[in-house]
Order: sequence, then structure tokens, then C-alpha cells
Amino acid sequence: MKLDPKIPAGPLKDKWTKAKFDYKLVNPANRRKYSIIVVGSGLAGASAAASFGEQGYNVQCFCYQDSPRRAHSIAAQGGINSSKNYQNDGDSIKRLFYDTIKGGDFRAREANVYRLAEVSGGIIDQCVAQGVPFAREYGGTLANRSFGGSQVSRTFYARGQTGQQLLLGAYSALSRQIGLGQVKMYNRHEMLDLVIVDGHAKGIVARNMITGAVETYRADAVILCTGGYGNVFYLSTNAIGCNVTAAFRAYKRGAGFANPCYTQIHPTCIPAHGDQQSKLTLMSESLRNDGRVWAPKKKEDCTKAPSDIKEEDRDYYLERKYPSFGNLAPRDISSRAAKEACDEGRGVGPEVGGKRLGVYLDFAAAIQRYGKIALREKGKVAGETDEQAVLRLGEAAIAERYGNLFDMYQCITGENPYKTPMRIYPAVHYTMGGLWVDYDLQTNIPGLFCAGEANFSDHGANRLGASALMQGLADGYFVLPYTVPNYLASQKAGMTPGGVALDKAAGAFDTVRADVVAFNKRLMSINGKTTPREIHHKLGRIMWEYCGMARTKEGLIKAIGLIQELRKQFWSDLKVVGTADGLNPELERAGRVADFLEFGELMCRDALVREESCGGHFREEHQILEGVEKGEAKRDDDKFFHVAVWEYKGAEEEPVRHVEPLVYEEVKLATRSYK
Amino acid sequence: MSGKNLSLTLRVWRQTGTTGKFEEYKVTDISEDSSFLEMMDILNEQIIKNGGEPVAFDHDCREGICGMCSMTINGMPHGPLPGVTTCQLHMRNFKDGETITIEPWRARPFPVIKDLVVDRTAFDKIIQSGGFISIRTGSAIDANIIPIPKDVADRAMDAAECIGCGACVASCKNASAMLFVGAKVSQLNSLPQGKAEKDRRTLAMVKTMDDAGFGSCTNYGECQAACPKGITLDFIAQLNRDYAVAKVKDFFKSTGKKRAGGD
Repeated sequence: MKLDPKIPAGPLKDKWTKAKFDYKLVNPANRRKYSIIVVGSGLAGASAAASFGEQGYNVQCFCYQDSPRRAHSIAAQGGINSSKNYQNDGDSIKRLFYDTIKGGDFRAREANVYRLAEVSGGIIDQCVAQGVPFAREYGGTLANRSFGGSQVSRTFYARGQTGQQLLLGAYSALSRQIGLGQVKMYNRHEMLDLVIVDGHAKGIVARNMITGAVETYRADAVILCTGGYGNVFYLSTNAIGCNVTAAFRAYKRGAGFANPCYTQIHPTCIPAHGDQQSKLTLMSESLRNDGRVWAPKKKEDCTKAPSDIKEEDRDYYLERKYPSFGNLAPRDISSRAAKEACDEGRGVGPEVGGKRLGVYLDFAAAIQRYGKIALREKGKVAGETDEQAVLRLGEAAIAERYGNLFDMYQCITGENPYKTPMRIYPAVHYTMGGLWVDYDLQTNIPGLFCAGEANFSDHGANRLGASALMQGLADGYFVLPYTVPNYLASQKAGMTPGGVALDKAAGAFDTVRADVVAFNKRLMSINGKTTPREIHHKLGRIMWEYCGMARTKEGLIKAIGLIQELRKQFWSDLKVVGTADGLNPELERAGRVADFLEFGELMCRDALVREESCGGHFREEHQILEGVEKGEAKRDDDKFFHVAVWEYKGAEEEPVRHVEPLVYEEVKLATRSYK
Repeated sequence: MSGKNLSLTLRVWRQTGTTGKFEEYKVTDISEDSSFLEMMDILNEQIIKNGGEPVAFDHDCREGICGMCSMTINGMPHGPLPGVTTCQLHMRNFKDGETITIEPWRARPFPVIKDLVVDRTAFDKIIQSGGFISIRTGSAIDANIIPIPKDVADRAMDAAECIGCGACVASCKNASAMLFVGAKVSQLNSLPQGKAEKDRRTLAMVKTMDDAGFGSCTNYGECQAACPKGITLDFIAQLNRDYAVAKVKDFFKSTGKKRAGGD
């Protein structure tokens, strides 16, 4: 496998400018002869498809939902980073770049991250021009807030619905191009394979989820913007339909899969209520500004009502362990600390699978604090004691800040978080690994590009809050529109590299289509007893237990065995009802689970080989054993300062691990500390 | 968190092709803490185990924001709880032993595809006809050049919260899409950057809406009551105002010099 990152020469700050000048162009009259396939309509996919349409290319865009507006980018709450420095607080491209590299625990590619910071300003301009209603100050200028991992206010937001508003902006631009006939949109179509002709990606095979028709689609280039693979854990904050299938089937056709073990576990999610749970819901990181995280000191207190646990019997463990960052310690660190408390038997809430998996996020102190301030300003009403007034005014102040989140919590749990502390527990949220891409976001298969969460390039081993939206839109609006034409310019429009017209090139297309039809037929003809959901659920438990927040050599080896067993069960005892030639959610799920069953093993293999702890990847064997940093992650830059890229070698064959060494020209490696 | 479990009778609309009927199912041991869609998952697993075909329904994010879930529960789009989508409705809102009737969105412009799944591409078509600001990637001016008063931005945000689920249409006896269109038109028409295309947008979106077969608004306000995101009738009022202005301007404009091929 050839892994050339194609990083332009020259100083870091000039690389992108140089690359843009060096890229070959396609003249406007010729663009209409080229076609591009974009799979996925989230921030990366919708923005790329819209931008290509505007440039004059013929675009075919695919999504599995009933409308491109529903892609899961829509669920992002907090905000989007940009180095605008509108707050005059010392932000710059270089600072955003450095924070992102450091946040990723020095495992991202330097040149890509610098470019991300460089184009971040244009994203905000573009979104505002589209009518994205970002929060504003009374003077009419844009408002910002702070997020984890930085000391400046650079996060732009639209209430708690930033992802939704950005996606609707990209969706509106995409819709305009669909209306103009420049983009052909395929809703309710799922990509099931990649077609490679003469070594170049020239099309896909997709299934119409309504009619069941499996068809081939041809183009001069293919771009995957198909999101992350968090649903390998069964329970995650991802949408139910999120899957690894498009990326994984590209991997099986020869694309390298980079750093699959890097997953982000978000510390503040609503805990699972029991075995009937189908997905987890995030409570925004911003709550930790005012909420205090604690667990009971004594195990016997875990079943008590929180109000019956005395102050001195509460362990505010983040404040205890990380006095300078306290409750605002970064995501990976806070998550591990919660797990530790629950593993010690000090978790709270309902028992799920024999364990209480929850800790408290308590607003009582904040309610008192705000209430006392408000009482001085506003006074009390007739017949009210001071205590009652503080409570009333304090709750009102909290409602003003977090009202919608508190409502959501109450809606899901049935508990009133103003009166009793929230229960939270970490959950899988984002995946930093993905298809390997070079500086041009092109995979090792020429003509196959990958953007957004689906690729690996920008977040290293841990993603900072408010950076996923930035990356999706940077890739789609400002990177791919330069790099894809550079590839197209080397191709004859509508032709295979071998010189056959694409619409006549039967061979490869027919073969891959036949493979897909046969694969689906195989799934449908096992006629066993276990449903795809049951197997997915089991896989999720294995992944969470052994490849979740803390990993060990023994655990990972055990998990690989268990997954192989489960895969056998899947292929011998699967039950898929219905038919292949119509709407069949069971068949869709079965196909996705089949891929997760192979992909889960790949994740464990990657985690096993990476004998260090970095960002979201925590190997228990590799932690600091002494001193103030005791228990913290221990990186091994001598052995693992590289990207791990996996090459598929065939069914039941061991994949091969390749390495792209990381080269830092500007940044000096350092230890992350939040003590 | 109550830990109680429910037994329920479900009357579910089953449809393949153009005709359908209600089927009755019993489910037991449903946790009060489960969501409505988790209850549907359990029903489906049960149907599959009994050799039947599961109920098809649309769903994705399961956190109330993607707008994909679409069930009429006991006659109400998204069920009895105000301000939530089906996926955010939890079973503690139902009583043990209750019979629940589950239907798809009922509206002619949203034909049923199968069981509870309907086709809402008519909404996409409305957006494609004008629900955007025409701005090419890379040609935007600096984001802070045009100050936008906070109340204008906040109101645009109120309108922009629409998730395009279609509950407004499903709840309306005329299957009117005025709340959906009103929300998008109000968001874009109120912002300075959306003013240039205001009239054009309004006329085009209303025309597409009418062509798709959505009915007229008769101010009953069912849509507002059913909307999981609290979109209000104010935006229908703004749509009506903007439409009247655009129509009048268009009328006078069209009596002027003959234009070649324009709209």
C-alpha cells in the first residue's frame, strides 16, 4: 500500500496557498462534461455537493434518509470554532491550529490541521451569508462562547442547535443546485459498494431502499462523506442509521483505514435506563460550567436518594483530582474518571447489567449562588422566606441558561433536574479514525475522496468540542472544490482510465453489482433465529466492555475471539424477514451489522497494537504510575508517532498494518496536562 | 425513573401498496422509561420472532432534531405530549392496559410508502424552489460587516427551528403546509442578507406548495399545537404579508415593459 501524504513543500503557513496555485484547473466549459458522486448529505457531503454544483459539475448525491436535511450533523449542539478573533482575545489561525493539534494529543497531521484553521474564517462568512441565524450581541455583531480545550472565545453558535442550523444552510445551498438541475439527489439510497475501474474509483453500487433495486452509478470521481462508525457500540449518541458500511466496503476494495481505535467518549450523556435502550442522548458540555460532578464516597449510599447523602459523604472527584480545571476537565479525562467511580461500585441510578452506571451532575450549588445574587437585586415576594426566594430565583437563573437541556432531561428520565441532580454517564459520541486520506483528502485509491467524520485526518486521537462542524464544512466548502478538480483534470471526462466510455464500461460495474446482490441474498437466506438487532446488541456490549473507555491487552484479545464467535453466529443463525425487493429495514440493518462485525475486530486489532495511551485511546498498561500525574495517559512518541493504516487482505485473513510517520515542522511534542 | 412496566394493546396501520388496515398487537413488559420508538422496536422484534414482517416506520436521530419520525398516535401527530417528537415521547405518558392507535401522517401530498412511512419529498421541492439565499461558496463578505439586531436574529432563529417533520400538515384538516413555508420564508425574508430575493422566494415557494397539493390555511391553529418545535402562527401571518406585497409588486411589474424569458 502506497501512502504518500502529498504535503506541499514550504513553510506551514504557505502550504495551502502553494497547493491551490499548483493544482490543475478544469475550465468552466469543460466542467459540465464531468460528473461527481457524493455519498452522504451531512455537513461535508451537502457542502461539497452544493459547491461542485455551483462550479458547474454534474453531481449525483446520495443519502439513506428521506431527505438530505436529516443527516446526523443536525444533532450537534454546542457550536463551531473559527479563528475570527472577533473577541480581540488573542485568537489567531496559529492558535486554533495549535489548540486542535494539542487537543488531538499530537496524533493529527500538522499540515491538514493548519489548513483547517486557515479556512475556518471563511466558513462563518459563508454560513452567515446563507442566513444561518448565529447568536448575536445587542450591537448586531456575532456572539461567541468558550469551549473545552482553549483559552479564547472562538465558538459561534445558534442556541443549542448549531449543527442543525449549519446543516440547513448547506442543505439550502444543495437544494438550490438540485432545483437548478445541477445536482441529482438520491434520497433513500444506500451505497453498498465501490466500483473501481483500472485502479480508479469510477462509481458506486447503491440500493434504492424503497424499491429494493440495486443499481450502478457512474462518475469521474467518488467522494465519501458518510460519517462515523460510533454505532459499532450499538449504543451511542449517533443516529440509529449511522453506519460504517460505505467506508468499510471501500476498505474491502482496497482503501486504507486509518486509526480505527480512536473513538471519543463524551462524559455527559443521559445513562441507559435498561436493556430496552436504543440510543443515548447527549447533554451539552456547557452544563459543566455550573454543574458539579460527584459520586457517593460509600457504596452503601448508592441506592439512597441523593438528598439523603450528606455533604461529607460526597466525592466531587473532578474537583479533587484536577483542581485547576475541576469540572471542566477535557472530555476523555472526565469520562475515564466517571468510569473509575462506577467501576469502584460507587455508581448511581438503575442497575443495568449488574452495574449502576451513573454519576451526579449537581446544580444545587449553582442555584444557591445565582439565587443569592438575584435576591439582592430583585428581592422576595410577599410571604416568602429568604430560603424560598433564593431557590425560586436561582432555579429561574439556571432555566435561563440551560432551560431546553433541563426540559430534554426531564422528558427522557421523568426526573426534575432542578430538584434532584442529573444522572450522567459517558457515551460514544464521535470517531476520529476513518479512511486514510492524503493532503488532498484523496484515499489511496485514485478518484476516491473522503471528507468529514468519515476520514481520519484532522482530530488525531481526540477531538475538541466545536471542531467537528468546522471540519465538515471546511472539507466540503473549501478543500474538496480545489482538490477534486485537480484529480479530474488528469482524467478524460466520462471515460475510464483505459479509454472506454463510462456508460459503456460494463465489466467492473456488473461484477460489483452482482456481488452486492449475492451478498444481500446470502443475508436473506440464512433463515436462522437471531435477529440483526440482537447480534448488534451483543457486539455493542463486547466493544464497550473491551474496546471502550479503557482497554487492556487481555481484554482486546478476548474481544477479538468473542467477535469472531459472534460473526459465526451471525452467518449461521441470522434471521432476516421480508424480501430484498422492497422497503426492508431488517435487511438494511443486517448489512450494516455484517460490516460492524468485521470492523469491530479491526478496531480491537488497532487498539491492541497501539501500545500507548493517547487521547480517546486509553490502554491501562500505559499510564503514569507516580507523582501528581498518576493515572494519566502515557504516550509513546518514540514508537507510535504515526498514523496506523490497515489494509484489507480478504475474508478471515489478518489485515496488514502500515504506517504513515507523522512529520511536525512547527509543533513541538509535549504532554497534555490539566492538573 | 420509575421502574414500572406496562402492557399495552397497539392498533397499528399496516399498508403495502395503496390500501391498508389496522392490525392489533399486544406488547408486555414495556419499561416506563422507554421511548415510544423503543416500544416499537420491541413490537417489531416480537413480530419477527412470530414469523411476521415488522412495522416499517421512519426514524433516525432519536433525539428530536432530525425530523424523520412521523407517527400519528391516538389521532395526534407525535402523540399527546406537547412540544416533543415521537422519538422523545416516553412510555410513562401512557397507562398500563391502554390501547394505543398508531397511524402514519395522513395528508394527500404525503403518500404512504409502507405502513407508517410516508413520502415527504414535497417539502424538499418547496425548499428547492426558493428556500435559500443565492450565495456561491467563497463569495461571501465578512460575517460581521452587516450588523443584525439581536431581536431580528433571535426571531429568525425561532423560525429556523423548524425540523421539517410535517406534523403541521398531518394535523391540518386541509393538509396545509403554511406553517412549514411560513417558517422558512420568515427566517430568510427577515434577515438583511435574504432581502434581495424576498419577493421572488415567497412567490416561488407558495407556488410550489400549491402545485404539490397542499391545502389552504383556515387559521384553526392545529399546526401550531402539533409542532414539536413551537413554531407559531405569527410566521403564517408574515408569509401572508410577504406574499401579498410580492404579489402586488409582481402585478404592477408585469404590466410594464415586456420582458424576454424572465419570471
